[in-house]
Amino acid sequence: MAILAVENLHRRFGGLHAVNDVSFQVAAGQIKAVIGPNGAGKTTLFNLLSGALMPSSGVVRFQGKDIQGRRPFEIAALGMARTYQNIKMFTGMTALENVMVGCHLRGRAGFFSSMLHAPWTWGEERAVLEKSMELLELLEIGECAHVLATSLAFGQQRAVELARALAMQPSLLLLDEPAAGLNIYETAEVGRLISKIRDMGITVLLVEHDMSLVMDISDEIVVLCFGEMIAEDLPAAIQKNPEVIRIYLGE
Amino acid sequence: MKRLLAILPLLAVVVLVQLLTSWSGTQFYLTQMTMAAYYSLLIIGLCVLMGYAGQISLGHAGFFAIGGYLSAALTTRSLVPFKEAALVRLLDGCGLLHAGRDLYGGELLVVTPWAAALFAVLVAALIAVVIGIPVLKLKGHYLAMATLGFGIIIYRLVLATPWLGEADGISGVPPFVLFFGVTVSGESSVRILNYYLAWGILLSGLILLINLMQSRIGRALRAIHGSEEAADAMGVNIARFKLQTFVLSAVFAAIAGVLLTHYNGGIGPSEAGVMKSVRYVAIVAVGGMAHLWGAMFMGVLLNFLSLRGVFGSYDDAVFGLILIVIMLFAPEGILGLIAGRKKPAATVPTVEQDGEV
Repeated sequence: MAILAVENLHRRFGGLHAVNDVSFQVAAGQIKAVIGPNGAGKTTLFNLLSGALMPSSGVVRFQGKDIQGRRPFEIAALGMARTYQNIKMFTGMTALENVMVGCHLRGRAGFFSSMLHAPWTWGEERAVLEKSMELLELLEIGECAHVLATSLAFGQQRAVELARALAMQPSLLLLDEPAAGLNIYETAEVGRLISKIRDMGITVLLVEHDMSLVMDISDEIVVLCFGEMIAEDLPAAIQKNPEVIRIYLGE
Repeated sequence: MKRLLAILPLLAVVVLVQLLTSWSGTQFYLTQMTMAAYYSLLIIGLCVLMGYAGQISLGHAGFFAIGGYLSAALTTRSLVPFKEAALVRLLDGCGLLHAGRDLYGGELLVVTPWAAALFAVLVAALIAVVIGIPVLKLKGHYLAMATLGFGIIIYRLVLATPWLGEADGISGVPPFVLFFGVTVSGESSVRILNYYLAWGILLSGLILLINLMQSRIGRALRAIHGSEEAADAMGVNIARFKLQTFVLSAVFAAIAGVLLTHYNGGIGPSEAGVMKSVRYVAIVAVGGMAHLWGAMFMGVLLNFLSLRGVFGSYDDAVFGLILIVIMLFAPEGILGLIAGRKKPAATVPTVEQDGEV
C-alpha cells in the first residue's frame, strides 16, 4: 500500500520549473531515494511534500489524505517528519530540549496547565524526557544531552536532528541529504541507522548524493533532472539506466 | 517544588528590605519598591514575548495604559446621568456598581474596582487578539514598527479623549479592596502591606512564567525563536503560539496598569507614551532577553532608580543610552555577559571529545 502518492506535481518559480510533472509512490515500509544532479529540484520536492512550499499544481496524498496546500504543522500532525540539508537546530536549546520539541505533538499541556505546573502534566513531561533521552542514546549522543545543540560537532547535530524527527513518531520520514558533510565511516553508520529506522516500521524517503549509500540501502530510486522525473526503478536497474549514466557522467 | 525553593532567597531579600527600611526609618523607599514591582510585572511578561518567543513589541505601554485608564475611568466617572439606562440598571442589579458621594457631596455612581479591573484586563486581552492576528505575521523591523504604531495610537487616543482626562489624566482613583483587609492603595498606613502585596503578585507572576518556560509550551516558544521553519515541521502551530504569548504579555501589562493606577490613585498620559514602551524594551534587553530573573531584577532596579529621580530630567535619555550600550556591547544582556563567560568552561570538554571523532 502506498503511504505517499505524488501525482503530476508542479512547482514554478517565475519561469523556472523547479518541479515539473513529477509522479511517484512510496510504499509503506520501504526506503526510497530521490537522486539527481544539483538543481534537480530534490529539496523543492521535499518542501512541497512537507508543506513548506505550496505546489503550483498537482496532488500529494499522504495516508489517503490530500495534503497539498496544508500548513507544515498540520502535515506533521498526520505523521510526516523531516530533516534539513542545512541543519536547522533550535538555537539556544540543548540537544535534549531540541529532541523534546519533537515530542510536541504528543503532549497535551496548554498555557494554563503549564503555568500552574498542574499535576496532570507531570506524567506527560516525564514521559517526554525519558523518550527523548532514549532517542539520544539510540543515536549514541546521550552524553551530549545537556550541551547547547549548536555547539555540537556537525555529525552530532545531524544525529540530534534525526532524533528530533524520530521523536515525532512519524510514519514517514523525509531525510534531506543525511550523509552530507560526513566522512565515509560516519556515512556507513548513517546507512545502518536508516535501515534500523525502517525496521522500526518507519517509511523513509531520502534525498542523497552519496551513491554508495543510496545503492546500499534503497529499495527503489527516483531520478530527477531539471525538475523532471527521468527514471524510477530498483537500484540495480538505475545503475544500468543509460539516461541516468548520461546525466551523471555526460555523453 | 525545586522551582519554588529558588524563589525563597528572593523572598528573604524582600522581607529583609522591608525590615531594613523599618529599622532605619526609610519606609518611604517602599513606595517606589512597590511601584517598581508592578512595572516589573509588565517587564517579565514582555520578557517572555521578546526573549523566549522572539517577538518584539514597542507598544506594551499601550496595554499598560488600556488596563490603567479603563480601570481608572470606570471607577471615577459617575454614571448618575445614565442612571435610567437599561445597561446601568442591569450592572447595578448585579452589584457591580458602587454608590457614594463625591468631594462636593454630590451623588456618585461608579463601577466597583473588581468589576472595572476585570473589564479592563479583558479589553486589553481582546485588543491584543485583534492587533496580534494581523501584526504577528510580520517579523523583525516590521513587527517593531507595527507595534510602535499601535502604541502611538493608544497614546494619542488617551490624549484626545475627554472621558480619559486628555492631558490631565485621571486622578481620584479609589483604593482597590482586593479582599477583606487587603487594599491596593498608596496611603502610608498600608504602605508595608502594599509592598508585600505587590511583591507577592510579582513573584507569583514570575513563578507562573518560569513554569510556563519549563513546559511543553515554553519549549515550543523557544523553538519558534530558534528556527521557525523547523518548529513548524515539528507540529508547532506558530501563529497560535505567537498570538497566545502576545495576549499573555498584554494581560500582564494590563494587570500591572490596573494595580499601579489604584496604588497611585491616578494615571497620566505619560504612562501610555512611546518612551515608556522603549524603556520596557531596554529593561528586558539589559536583563538579558531570554532571562526572566534578569529581566525582573533589572525591572526593579532601573524602575526604582528612575522613580527615585536618580536620572533627573535625563530619565528617558538614560534608557535610550542603556539600549544603545547594551545592543553594542552585551546583546545577551548584563547577566548574559556573565553567563557567557561561564558557558565555554562547561562545553569545552565536549567540544574536545568531538575533535577526536
